[in-house]
Order: sequence, then C-alpha cells, then structure tokens
Amino acid sequence: MKDNSNIRVVVGMSGGVDSSVAAYLLKQQGYDVVGVFMKNWDDTKDSGVCTVTEDYEDVAKVANKIGIPYYSVNFEKEYWDRVFTYFLDEYRRGRTPNPDIMCNKEVKFKAFLDYAMKLDADYIAMGHYAQVRRDADGTVHMLRGGDPNKDQTYFLSQLSQDQLQRVMFPIGGMHKDEVRRIAEEAGLATAKKKDSTGICFIGERNFNKFLGEFLPAQPGKMKTLDGEIKGDHFGLMNYTIGQRRGLGIGGNGQSNEPWFVVGKDLKTNTLLVGQGYENDYLYANYLEASNLSFVAPITDRGQEFHCTAKFRYRQKDVGVTVRFNDDRTQMTVYFDEPARAITPGQEVVLYDGDECLGSGTIDHAYKLVDDQAQLLQYV
Amino acid sequence: MEHIYLDNAGTTPMAPEVIARMTDVMTNVFGNASSINYHGRAARNILDQSRHVIAQSINARLDDEIQFTSGGTESDNTAIIQTAMARKSVGRHIITTAIEHEAVLKSMAYLEEQGFEVTYLPVDETGHLDLADLKAALRPDTILVSIMMGNNEVGSQMPIHEIGELVAPTNAWFHTDAVQAYGLVDIDVQADHIDLLSTSAHKLNGPKFLGFLYRRDGLLFPSLIKGGDQELKRRAGTENIPAIAGFAKAVELATSEQKHARREQFNKFKEQLLQGLQANDIDFEVNGGYGAGYLPHVLNIWFKGHQSDALLVNLDLGGVSASAGSACTAGSLEPSHVLTAMYGSTSPRVSESVRFSFGTYNTEAEIAQTVATLVKILKR
Repeated sequence: MKDNSNIRVVVGMSGGVDSSVAAYLLKQQGYDVVGVFMKNWDDTKDSGVCTVTEDYEDVAKVANKIGIPYYSVNFEKEYWDRVFTYFLDEYRRGRTPNPDIMCNKEVKFKAFLDYAMKLDADYIAMGHYAQVRRDADGTVHMLRGGDPNKDQTYFLSQLSQDQLQRVMFPIGGMHKDEVRRIAEEAGLATAKKKDSTGICFIGERNFNKFLGEFLPAQPGKMKTLDGEIKGDHFGLMNYTIGQRRGLGIGGNGQSNEPWFVVGKDLKTNTLLVGQGYENDYLYANYLEASNLSFVAPITDRGQEFHCTAKFRYRQKDVGVTVRFNDDRTQMTVYFDEPARAITPGQEVVLYDGDECLGSGTIDHAYKLVDDQAQLLQYV
Repeated sequence: MEHIYLDNAGTTPMAPEVIARMTDVMTNVFGNASSINYHGRAARNILDQSRHVIAQSINARLDDEIQFTSGGTESDNTAIIQTAMARKSVGRHIITTAIEHEAVLKSMAYLEEQGFEVTYLPVDETGHLDLADLKAALRPDTILVSIMMGNNEVGSQMPIHEIGELVAPTNAWFHTDAVQAYGLVDIDVQADHIDLLSTSAHKLNGPKFLGFLYRRDGLLFPSLIKGGDQELKRRAGTENIPAIAGFAKAVELATSEQKHARREQFNKFKEQLLQGLQANDIDFEVNGGYGAGYLPHVLNIWFKGHQSDALLVNLDLGGVSASAGSACTAGSLEPSHVLTAMYGSTSPRVSESVRFSFGTYNTEAEIAQTVATLVKILKR
C-alpha cells in the first residue's frame, strides 16, 4: 500500500454515519487523520431540539474506535454572519433560500478549510456523496455521487476550483447501504444512526414557528390570479411556490381541485393561489439566474450550450439550453419542456452527464404566452 | 510520539506511592466502614487514620472537621448551598469573586435564583482583588464570603489571611476553594480564620472523584447528599476507603519541604518556558503575572494573533497537552470568564491564550521540547 502517513487529512465529522465511515476509510488507507466537529449553532439559546451535544458524543466514540484524535471547532459566528443572515435576508425578499448550499460554500468548505490549513492539513475530507476527478493538468471536476438516491452535488454546486482542489470525498462513490455495512463491520457507534433531515439549526421543529422568532409575520390576503379573495395568509415567508399544504382552502372554485401557491406579490403582501397540481401558472419556460459559480472553467462551451439541470434537490434532470449575458454574470436557462414551480432563491444546478458544472441562484421565472415572455409573479 | 503533559491544573497523574497504597487497601480491606463487624472495623481504622493525616495537613483542630466528598465540586456546592440554606434567617447576602471556579459560580447562580443576593468582587489585570472592595461589600446580612485561595486559570493567589481577619469579626462564614493551592502552599485554617475549605485529591497526585470539605467545628448544616449517616451525618454514602487511603498518602507526600521543592521546581519550569519563547522572538505576554502572588504551577500566556483553539489542537497534534478556558458543550471553547474579568470581553487575550500547568513529574527536557514545538507552530 502507498505510504500516506505524511499526508494529513482533516475530516469534518458531524456525528453521522457518512462522515464516520469517511474518517474510517482514510485511516484504513494510512493517512494522518484528524477528526474535527463543527459547532455552527448555539443550542443553549433556544428550546433544545438541536442535537449538537449528542452528535459530538458520537464523534468522540467513533474517533476513539478508529484511533484518531478528535476536536471541536466553533463556527457559530461564521454561520450566523455568512449563512443565517443571508437566509433571513432571502426570506425578507420573499424568496426561498437554500442555507445548506451557503453553509457548504461559506462554512464547511471555507471556514473549515481555513481552519484545517492552520492545522497543517494537506486535504480536508467530508462524508458527502460526491466525487472529484482530477485532470492531467490538475484541474478538478465534481461528479455525482455513486448512489443516485444520495447524490449531494446539488448542495456542493457553488464550490470553487480552489475549494475542491483540497477536498476528498472518501465515500463519494459508494451506496448508502454499503456505507452502513462498513460502519457496522467496523463497529462504529453511528452505524444505525438515522440520517439527519433538513437544516441543522431547524432540525425537526416547526419551521414557521422558528422563522417567526426572527422575522415578524405579516399576515395578508390570499387571492386568485383573477383577484378573488380566498382567505388570509400568515406571512408570505411561510409559503413556497407550488406548495399545497397549509392553505386552509378546500376544493370548490372552478374545478373543485385542490389549491396551490402559484405566486407571491411582495409589494401588496398577497399570496396568489390557483387550483390543480398542473395549474398552468406553475409552469415556466425559462429562468434567469445570477450568483453564478462553476467548478471548472466552462468558457470553451461558448456563450450558449445545451446540458441538463436540476431546480431542486431530488429532482430528475431536465434538458436545458444555457445562455450567458455578455460579462457572464448572469444566465438564462431555457427548458426543453416547461418546468413546474421554479422557485426564486433556490439553485439551478447544471450537469453534463455525471459532471456537476456549477450553479446559479434563481432570480426570475418566465412563461411564454403566444411567444411573448411573461414574468411569473413569484416574489 | 512522546506526549508531554502540561495540564496539571486540570488533573495530575497519580503518584506511584499512592497507587501502591490504594492497591494494598483494595486488595486487603474491602469492608464497609459503617459496618459493626471485623471487616467494617478494618475499613473504619483506615478511614480514621486518613482523616487524621488530612486534618493535620491544614492544622484543623479536630479530625472530625474533615468530611470526605466526591471532589472539589461537591465540596464547593456543599459549603455554599448548604450554608445559604441553613443561614437564610440570618441574612441573604453572599460575597464572592468574578474569577471563581464554575463549581462556585454555578452554586452562586443557583442561590440567586433562590432569592439570595450575590456580590461578585472584581479583580484587576493581575487577577487580584482589592481588600477595600471586600470591606465595602461586607454587610450585617452577609452570611458567607467565598474566595478562592489560588486561581486555576492564571494562578493569582488571594490574600487569604487578610480576608480571614476581615471576615472573622462579622456575621459571615469564610469559605475558600483551595483546590489548586492545596499541595503547593502551607495552609493553616486556624491562623487564617477559615471556616470552610474545599479540596480535591486528584490535583495533588491522588485519585479522582474524591476530595474533602473542612468545616470548622460548630458550624451546622445538613448533608447535601441524602442517605445514610456516614461522615457524622455530614455526607451520606459509603466511603471509598482505598481512594481515601490514597488521598492520605498523597497528602503525606506533600510535606512542607516537598511543597517548597515543588514551588521551586515549577517556578524554574516557568522561567525556562518564558525564556525559551523570548529567545525565539515569540510575541507573547503572560496573563496576570508570575512570581510572588501566584501559584507556581500555572502559566497562562497570550500568544498575540494566534487563536487558542487552533493553537491547542496544534500543540496536541505536536505532542503537548495544554488547555485554555473551559470546554463547554460539544467540546468547543468558551471564552474564559477569568480573562474576561481581568481584561474585558473585547480583549484579544480572551481568545488568544493558552494555559500551561506543571506537575511533579515534568522534566526540563519536556519544557525544552514544548518550547521547540510551540516555536514550530507559531512560526509556521
């Protein structure tokens, strides 16, 4: 086996099974492995649904079992300043942000990377389902995880070349059940721990109630696109485009079909509702995105190219044509087929086969009506 | 890799003599000291002998003024909470300092919730308090003054004798947390007018989970732990005889001459470490100070521009165990309340300092190695 003992890898250990196995595999491969737990949220201030203490205990158990030193680093300030503030700002703008993408970009692969470099690390490693491929010239590309159900490139799509240069994903090519099997065979305490759901600081708690602690709810009217008042809403931030639950209005109307959120009007604080999952207003033909970030240079693809895209996690890829503006700070993404519930604030992530090219944040969605572009009223 | 241990204010390795004594007692004496039988009497005998050794070590008038506890924390909790509860009809005011150990501060916070009023005396940048502040804070309804003998983070020693003389004529009882000082300085509870004194065995090469509370004869309050009538009804629960015998052995080892020798040895380590850093042009300052007025085993250093957490991890990976502040939930560092009290919460010292603390088994070679490791990290 290659001698890796002079290569220090600092592993981000969350107390979950994926990062546990990532650390275990690196240790098996002979690296100088150091486990570090990130504490990103102060759980002493709120009502204790956050599981940081238990998670850290699991990190300790696993690291001792593997035989690596483990530490904890506090990124509460970084998380608050760079992720949570953005998260609230986006909701204030009537958009639906994706804090996990921001957390990866600003904390897990930035503050943590900087910290690891202070520890003389050669690489950092994470338990994500994603893969890195290195060209002969050293350029890295990011590929989908080996388990199609677990692929996490959507959440990593804003990472830069610099960031990915120093990252290892030891379990990236594996299937989840294989990861669990390794954990069990190695006797790791997290082998049967259930997967964490959602955003770390929100956990299992009531999302709207949590948001209400930070942003005052501003109730308003629910209207159809024709202006008919259907009821009251609790505040636009509590709804997302395409949502059905929690509207409190039953069938009737024109078709007796269930009601969905089909738009938001921030200026008048109005929630727009329409009937039917297939409601026409939920379907867009193209979108505009900014805040673009690509893993590897894509200039050789020109100003316009065809690829596939995801508009949300766990969605099948759809064919799209990407067109950049002149200075490549924005892109327009045309869908091969109309796409449902394009949500401003979420990411549009581009793929070429198994390669994740990068992403942009969705600003606007448009519909073509008689070849005329119509801005969908989504914020 | 050789791992150097410079966290002796956290805990110390057990002395071989202590291990030998405990092994002997564990092997041969297992009885319950409260039992009225042959085995019980054997255990009781060791308990009494140990208590005597310990009572002598602080010049207690009576052996029965010593009650064994599970350690410094329980001793502090008992002295503070039980005094307050027993004396609340006398008064509800308590005085302490801002730089006490959490075992004291959390007890105080608990009492505040129970309606007691607590005055926290400030300290200056050297980590010392002003006796005039104490004098001004004392009131007719002050029932307890709790001031540590020596600080665990920066080593500053409090003027215990002067405090004792100030408190003695008042209504208040005087408690001192001597967890760090016991084993390094001579203590005389009678001369210093100390009413209550807490210690812990594992800070002076004894076993963990054991300590004692000195309570001057005549001071009455019920046991914090409810149960049997052990320790003259002062502390319920079967005594850990092997550990208590080991504690007494550790105390026997800490003779006046030995304490003097330890102070000399630790001050030398301090000099060596500081001179090593200076010789390598490291930009640092000692927090508080050193020399007279400081416990010799604690050295708290501000490494300008270097975050404590990464520095500690690098030291650990480089084979040196040190510490900073106190670990909070999930293993991350809490800003030190001691450095905050001395320098203010906005001082960079609060997040850029590391504590080294020496023990009897450290060597000059280890200090030299520590300097080399530090220099390597700081100049990386």
